[in-house]
Amino acid sequence: MIAQGKYTESYLLNRKSNVFPGILGRTCDRPCEPACRRTRVEEKPVAICRLKRVAADLKGEYKQFLPTAPETKNGKRVALIGAGPASLTVANDLMPLGYSVTLFEKQDKPGGLMRSNIPSFRLPESVLQEECDDILEMGVDVRYNSPVTSMRDLLGQGYDAVFVGTGAPRGKDLDIPGRHDTDRIHIGIDWLESVAFGHIDKIGEKVLIIGVGNTAMDCCRTSRRLGGNDIKVMARRPRAYFKASPWELEDAEEEQVEIVINHAPKRFVIEDGRLVGMEFERLEWDAKARNSRVLETVILPCEDVILAIGQENAFPWIEREIGIEFDKWDMPKVDETTFESTRPGVFFGGDSAFGPKNIIWAVEHGHQAAISIHNHCMGVPVTSRPPQGLNIVSQKMGLSEWSYHNDYNPSKRQKMVHVDLTERFQKLNIEVELGFDPEQTAREVQRCLNCDIQTVFTAKRCIECDACIDICPVQCLTITRNGGEEDLRGRLSAPAINLTQALYVSDALPQTSRIMAKDEDVCVHCGLCAERCPTAAWDMQKSDVLIPFAGISVCTNSYATV
Amino acid sequence: MPSIAKPVAKHPSLQRNKLDLTIRDYEGAMSTLCAGCGHDSITAAIVKALWKMSIEPHRIAKLSGIGCSSKTPTYFVNGAHGFNSAHGRMPSIAAGASAANRDLVYIGVSGDGDSLSIGLGQLCHAIRRNVKMVYVIENNGVYGLTKGQFSASTDIGSTSKKGDPNRMPPIDPVTMALSIGATFVARSFSGDKDQLVPVLEAAVAHRGFALIDVISPCVTFNDHKGSTKSYLASRQSMVRPIETDFVPPAEEILAQIGTNGVTSVTMHDGSVLRFTAVPKDYDPTDRGKVSAYLRERAAAGEVVTGLLYVDESQPDMHEMSQTVATPLVNVPYSKLCPGSGALSKLLDQFR
Repeated sequence: MIAQGKYTESYLLNRKSNVFPGILGRTCDRPCEPACRRTRVEEKPVAICRLKRVAADLKGEYKQFLPTAPETKNGKRVALIGAGPASLTVANDLMPLGYSVTLFEKQDKPGGLMRSNIPSFRLPESVLQEECDDILEMGVDVRYNSPVTSMRDLLGQGYDAVFVGTGAPRGKDLDIPGRHDTDRIHIGIDWLESVAFGHIDKIGEKVLIIGVGNTAMDCCRTSRRLGGNDIKVMARRPRAYFKASPWELEDAEEEQVEIVINHAPKRFVIEDGRLVGMEFERLEWDAKARNSRVLETVILPCEDVILAIGQENAFPWIEREIGIEFDKWDMPKVDETTFESTRPGVFFGGDSAFGPKNIIWAVEHGHQAAISIHNHCMGVPVTSRPPQGLNIVSQKMGLSEWSYHNDYNPSKRQKMVHVDLTERFQKLNIEVELGFDPEQTAREVQRCLNCDIQTVFTAKRCIECDACIDICPVQCLTITRNGGEEDLRGRLSAPAINLTQALYVSDALPQTSRIMAKDEDVCVHCGLCAERCPTAAWDMQKSDVLIPFAGISVCTNSYATV
Repeated sequence: MPSIAKPVAKHPSLQRNKLDLTIRDYEGAMSTLCAGCGHDSITAAIVKALWKMSIEPHRIAKLSGIGCSSKTPTYFVNGAHGFNSAHGRMPSIAAGASAANRDLVYIGVSGDGDSLSIGLGQLCHAIRRNVKMVYVIENNGVYGLTKGQFSASTDIGSTSKKGDPNRMPPIDPVTMALSIGATFVARSFSGDKDQLVPVLEAAVAHRGFALIDVISPCVTFNDHKGSTKSYLASRQSMVRPIETDFVPPAEEILAQIGTNGVTSVTMHDGSVLRFTAVPKDYDPTDRGKVSAYLRERAAAGEVVTGLLYVDESQPDMHEMSQTVATPLVNVPYSKLCPGSGALSKLLDQFR
């Protein structure tokens, strides 16, 4: 749909599961891209994330197509704690079903981590606000500046269900000598939050960031915009072991942030009550970076230090004797499928459930928790999960005509254009990434190998003419005698080397009783096998995975365009 | 005909031959033949054989006449030379080209109409001259390009698509070639690349004219019940009494030897043809015995496939004509055409 310029439709389709296409199209950790099969035929995956942003940026009038809440409520009241992506997703799924949803947020604006921890040069405030508003405008009762301080009190207010989406709000500290002798050492996520809410607007020229995850990248790039011009990100281990996404590292280095490897913090150097530097041990690691030895100690001068070495959950406001059990790491015991705690009717999701993950996981937790809450309120066991569905429909329209774009586009991944370095540092909230232009979008979309289009084989129709085998550009088809999997993998047209990819083996073929084997591994879904098949034994069929949401079974969950 | 180009995407473990080329480098244009045509499989086998033998694409010349089969040289080795001649006249073009440049690898592709009807005389004389070339007859027993009339190779009793039986006896290119002295005679099936590819390799290595009759079902006009050259009927009537390995010089291949023994024939270039599982008393170098064996099996309703006969002792066209070893295209013009003075001297000898 993006290729056809149907941006509004693609946005709405994406929104059903993703909920925040505009936000995630900029900030997602992209767990989907490593799975993209384009990497099996060339180096880089399709820019799935960026294409979602294209749809969000270019969509037309869309508000009239959003779900709405019915005027008549169903009489059930649900409390959500924390206005981050998990809670907002729950609200998004439950409001149209008639629930009265109350949302408690400690800040005065919605978004949670998406607002406090993601700098505005990566995620413009307007995009964030719009997608939060799309949910809240269904009539969510939002209580800003209302941190929940006692779960017991909240439970006493008679809600039918409570959802905890408070994230992992506590940044890890680094208790080494000198830590408490200055006020120029900052906890990364707290510091970012203070910047986001305007409480901090400058930093020293020399800044050290401790840690090399994505929060560290946000800290160093934010520092660059608040007055820092000699910024070093300090990593204990070699580059291959960094937690930050490769593209975030690239973006930071483009802004002349120096990334220093193999340095372990030893102490803060304080002179006359003033932070002047930090001492590190320079390490040498063995081949797999498991053991290290100290080569020397070095002192790097600095005016500020930002600690970005991870974050933890903290639930001081949940009393421990109200039926919500915690494990030995002081984490609530949460069911991984239902997201219910040990107290029926209390659910957790997002980072608060299983520790820090990312936004898209928080959204998925929200969807699943919404299903549980709906079950809980309707008297259905929370363990009763609605089934997923799958539609498979032939795409053949006529001779050499398919209702999907099957021409392979050899283009490389399109490069995101960035705002000039000089320009981007002028203000904190100048968005660095410009998004794809229409030509880039068209090329990038055509890189997709159509994983939703399946090659479907009907053995009884095959006359073993070899046409499909001869035409296949990536040698993924073989007709041979059947055998054990290991034996078969070695006898195919091209060796099936990806053992995680199951082989397709057909029933015995009519003429010789041999079998058709397909190694899906590098299939580019060009459909030439089906096009060259004289008996339509091969067909290209679109598989539509139908995902259930709270109150919407797959039978009614039509993905038809609006 | 496919509406899209064949994707350039390649399998990551795609192998390279001695020229550092992949099999994709030996492909041609997209086929415009009917989906499922046997000819496309033969094309794929030719691509594979030429790739395996690491023949430089520009050292290959593709030749053909008229018919569905004769379209196929377009579909393999884009980088080769090509000549699409008049109907049935490809053997003369090949002979002429070979006369001018004996160094190229000549791949002639023809069909049962092109070779056994209009071009039969041409074929016979190319065999007689022992022109060094591979001559593939893509034999489907039907005139596909003109919508399904019986051809000269249609078997007695085989029916047309509408059900009418053929009453005229077929010309079998294999026994015909044997009878007029062909030095390399093989038969194969488009659906059996395990056999066809090594036979093609052997044919390229042969020092003279290599005839390969390939049963190649016409999926549109001759793949019905009642046809003797449908995919199903071909599979049912085909026997494969001989397994052929092609062993290039200096490359050891270990193969299982069948119970019936093994016969090896050394080719002119030092490569070895190894016949395994050969029937008792079968001698692929004894023309008389091979002919008798083929007649016997044909009477039993079997179509014998494999490399059936080979004779590396016979001189090819150039040896018979005592031409120079240098391809004529490389002989300096002054030597090739020494001028009117030299001609006068020559004519004087006859006065």
